[in-house]
Order: sequence, then C-alpha cells, then structure tokens
Amino acid sequence: MALLEINQLHAGYGAIKALRGITFKVEQAQVVSLIGANGAGKSTTLNTISGLIKPAAGTIRFDGTDITGWRADRITRRQLVQVPEGRQIIATMTVLENLMLGAYHRQDKAGIEQDLERIFERFKRLNERRHQKAGSMSGGEQQMLAVGRALMARPRLLMLDEPSMGLAPLLVTEVFSIIADIKEQGIPILLVEQNARKALQIADYAYVLERGEIVHEGRADQLRADPAIISAYLG
Amino acid sequence: MNVTQQIVNAIWLGGVYSLFALGYALVFSVLGVLNLAHSAVFMWGAFIGLTVVTRFSLPIWLAIPVAMLGAGIIGIILDLVAFAPLRRRNAPRISQLISSIGAAILLVNIAQFAFGTQPQRFPSGTIPNQALEGLPFRITPIQVIILIISLVLMALLQYLVMRTRIGQAMRAVAFNQRVAGLLGINSGGIFQLTFFLAGALAGAAGVLYGLAYNSMTPFMGDGVALKGLTVIVLGGLGNIQGAVVGGFLVAALEVFSIAAGSSNYRDAIVFTLLFLILLFRPQGLVGQKIETRA
Ligand SMILES: Nc1ncnc2c1ncn2[C@@H]1O[C@H](COP(=O)(O)OP(=O)(O)O)[C@@H](O)[C@H]1O
Ligand SMILES: [Mg+2]
Repeated sequence: MALLEINQLHAGYGAIKALRGITFKVEQAQVVSLIGANGAGKSTTLNTISGLIKPAAGTIRFDGTDITGWRADRITRRQLVQVPEGRQIIATMTVLENLMLGAYHRQDKAGIEQDLERIFERFKRLNERRHQKAGSMSGGEQQMLAVGRALMARPRLLMLDEPSMGLAPLLVTEVFSIIADIKEQGIPILLVEQNARKALQIADYAYVLERGEIVHEGRADQLRADPAIISAYLG
Repeated sequence: MNVTQQIVNAIWLGGVYSLFALGYALVFSVLGVLNLAHSAVFMWGAFIGLTVVTRFSLPIWLAIPVAMLGAGIIGIILDLVAFAPLRRRNAPRISQLISSIGAAILLVNIAQFAFGTQPQRFPSGTIPNQALEGLPFRITPIQVIILIISLVLMALLQYLVMRTRIGQAMRAVAFNQRVAGLLGINSGGIFQLTFFLAGALAGAAGVLYGLAYNSMTPFMGDGVALKGLTVIVLGGLGNIQGAVVGGFLVAALEVFSIAAGSSNYRDAIVFTLLFLILLFRPQGLVGQKIETRA
C-alpha cells in the first residue's frame, strides 16, 4: 500500500472540469513530481488533496485512511502538508510567528523547539530576520520561510507547488538543494513544477498532466530520456 | 467651559466606546464583515447584568462576568444563525451584512418582549455615586471603575491577539482563511471564538454603559451603534489599536460638543465626522494600513 493513493479523482470549479479522473500514487521515501504546462491542473490536484477543493468523484487515501472530502485543517493535522503556490506566508506576522504557526497543531513543546533550531540552522537568513515582518523579505527568503513553516508541521508527506516560481536562477538552484536535503531526511515529497528539467533531476518518479489528465508516467530517469517528453517539456 | 472636567468625561466615556467598538473591529478583521447586530448584543449584555443584580440579588462585580459570558454566547448563536449558513454558501459580504441587520431587529424584539420598553435602572446603591473628593474635577467611583475595567479588558484582548497561540491563529485566519486551513487551523472554530469575544466585549460595555447612565431600554444600542461605527471608521476598519484610539476621540468630540452647548446636535456632529472621514480618509485617521486584513 502506497503512502498516498489518488484514484480516479475528478474536481473543478463550477462548470470548469479541471481534473478528469486522475490516478497516481506516492510511495514512502519517494520524490514524485507532477509536471505539466500552465493550467494543466497541478495546483487543483494539490488543493484537492489538501481539502481546499471538494472532489466531484474519486478517492484520496493517505497512509491507509480515506481522507476524501476532509476539511483542510484536519488533513494538515494528519501531517499531509502543502506549501502552496505563491508561498502564501503571512505577511503581517514575523518570521518566527509564521514558523510557529506551522507547528500550530503540535503539542510537543520540546520537539517544536528542536525543529525550530534545526530550521534556523539550515536557513540562516530566517534566523537573522526572525523578528522581522515576513512581508518585508525578498521572494527567495519568503520561499524559504514557506518551506520552513511546512517543515515545522513534521510532514509525513510534503507537497510543494512550484517552489521555484518567480525566483532568480541562483535561488532556483538553492530551492532545489533544499528539496534535496528534505529528500535526504527521508521525507516523501510530491513536487509540482513547471521547471520540468530540474524536477526530473530530483524526482524518483513523475507524472505528466495535460488538461486534467495524466498522459505520461514513469521513472524520472526514463522520462528524461523520452524523446516525446524532451520535445514537449524539456525543449 | 471647564476643559479638565471635559477631558475626564471624555476619558471614561471613551473607555466604554472603545470597548464596544473593539467588537466591530474584531469581527471585521477576522471575517471581513460588519456585524450590525453588535449593538443589540451590547443591549442584551446590559439587561443580563441588570437581571443578575435585580432578580438574583448578586453583586455588580459578578454581573459583569456573567453579562460577558451571556453576551458572548449570544455572539456565538448570532454566528451560527446569521453568518455561518451564508458563509458556507459563499454568499457575498453584503448579504451577511443584511442578515446581521435582521438578527439585530430580532434581538431587540425579543428584549422588548422579555424586559418591556420602559427604562430600567440598577437599584440605587449598586455602586456608590457620590463624587470622589479632593480632586480638581468631578468623577464618581463608577466612572473610575468603568475606565479601569475598559482598560484592563482592552489590554487582555491585545495580549490575547498578539501574544497567544490562539491569537496568532485568529490573525492567520484574518489574513487568509485558505492558508490558515493549510496550517491546520479550523477557521470555523476561530470564527466562533471571534464572535464570542466580540459579544463578551459588547456585554461588558453594555453593563458599564448601563451603570454610567443608569437607564436601560431595548433601544439603548441604537445611539451607541452609530458611535461605534464612527469609531472603527476613524480607526481604520479592522484595526484593533485604531478602535481604541477612535473610541476616545469620538467620546471627546461628543463631550466637548455637549459642553459647548450643542448637546442637541451631538449625534449630528458625530455623523458629520463619519461622513467626512469616509470622504477624505476612508482608510481611517489612526492606523497605517489595516493590521490583520489582507
Ligand atoms: N479559482 C478558479 N476558478 C475557476 N477556474 C480555475 C480556478 N483555478 C484554476 N482554474 C482553472 O482550472 C484549470 C487548472 O488550473 P490549475 O490547477 O491552477 O493549473 P496549474 O496549477 O497546472 O497551472 C485551469 O483551466 C484554470 O483556468
Ligand atoms: Mg499552479
């Protein structure tokens, strides 16, 4: 049984059918990437898994539990955690407050302190700015904060929605090195990216989404070598 | 005009206005809607306090927490009945506003039925009302107590919102409900907490106002509603610090216009102020940008 199992998932916005029966899975300790063009339905997929969008049909199973139709906060408390597109840090609150909110559902004070120290260790910039308003930071720093905040929830599966979006090349490299670190820690990741080249380098397995349907899937190294994928997504 | 005296009057009255207006500001900052039933909850707080003292012969210091609790619960019911069903259907803000007007009318009608329309008072001697001696101005113990209780409650609210875990959750929901959900925060629970707190503040303000003027009717919320709205527009709609400052400013305006002999026009003057702010500084006089609202 896989960690996350999506089966024949349909979802949309009123008359717009953004997902038309997608099926995929994420195994323990795996990085799975979901790639596809703008508007393919990647964010809709993550938001439906997170409970922000109610699916029209299909099932979502996480760690053996059917979580289809659950409220978003309940899903996060199960440690299925999303870093949404556009970072969505809370601009009016400080860096430290944002990080602590990531641990909102946790009770283990000692563990929270430990994780906080670890994050400040890994993200030195956040440490320097811990009492600054999050909104005053640069895009790259905000992305670090968004990832750090999600890690404070001790994710059993981390979903990242276009973490490199809008960042300068150097920062893109930095973001992917952070993802590699997280993978190293053994945290499973579902990575949504338009930067397919980078995503396929880090992923173990990948699915290609087109207009709400999965049109290719396979091991990331195989997809990287697939001429059809190269011309459509890596060209 | 005795300026010192007017400043003293403005300060204790400002405490009540700020306390009352904070309820509007709190609900607006977290939910983005104006709760026009807030003044009816205020009135209910006053009557709950009165009932505690007159029917159950309990001391006034117990009446205030009981009124806060009662009005807080009315706040939660208000949310469940007038707001939550519309929220679930993603109804536009304007329909929630109208729904709150309906709830206000209903609450006032129930109060008319339960308490009658004749003005009612706290029994004499509930709180000593002879002025304190040896001061260069006139102030009664009740006025001092009103100011102290208002300040303490405002400080507690500030602490709750800015320093506690639950307060941070409130601010997260205020910022963005979806993001709060992704952080594991149940917005529904936060909305109810917000309505409870707003109701409790209105309840405290109601009892204090009732004690200050010692005349309570089911319509006592009407005049205060206008002032409370002016306060939050002045302070910047969802701005908590702004509501506090605004409360004292509106009270000062009112007190000084009465002292200047225009007591017949005091509401007209407050209205004019409201109109002018909306025209020239819709973001409010006090705050920078709104603290919590995204
Ligand atoms: N809030 C929304 N309301 C209506 N349609 C939407 C909304 N969000 C996304 N869509 C539509 O759903 C489809 C999938 O969008 P999305 O999941 O955001 O794609 P991606 O993340 O792959 O770029 C697109 O056609 C988009 O226009
Ligand atoms: Mg997207």
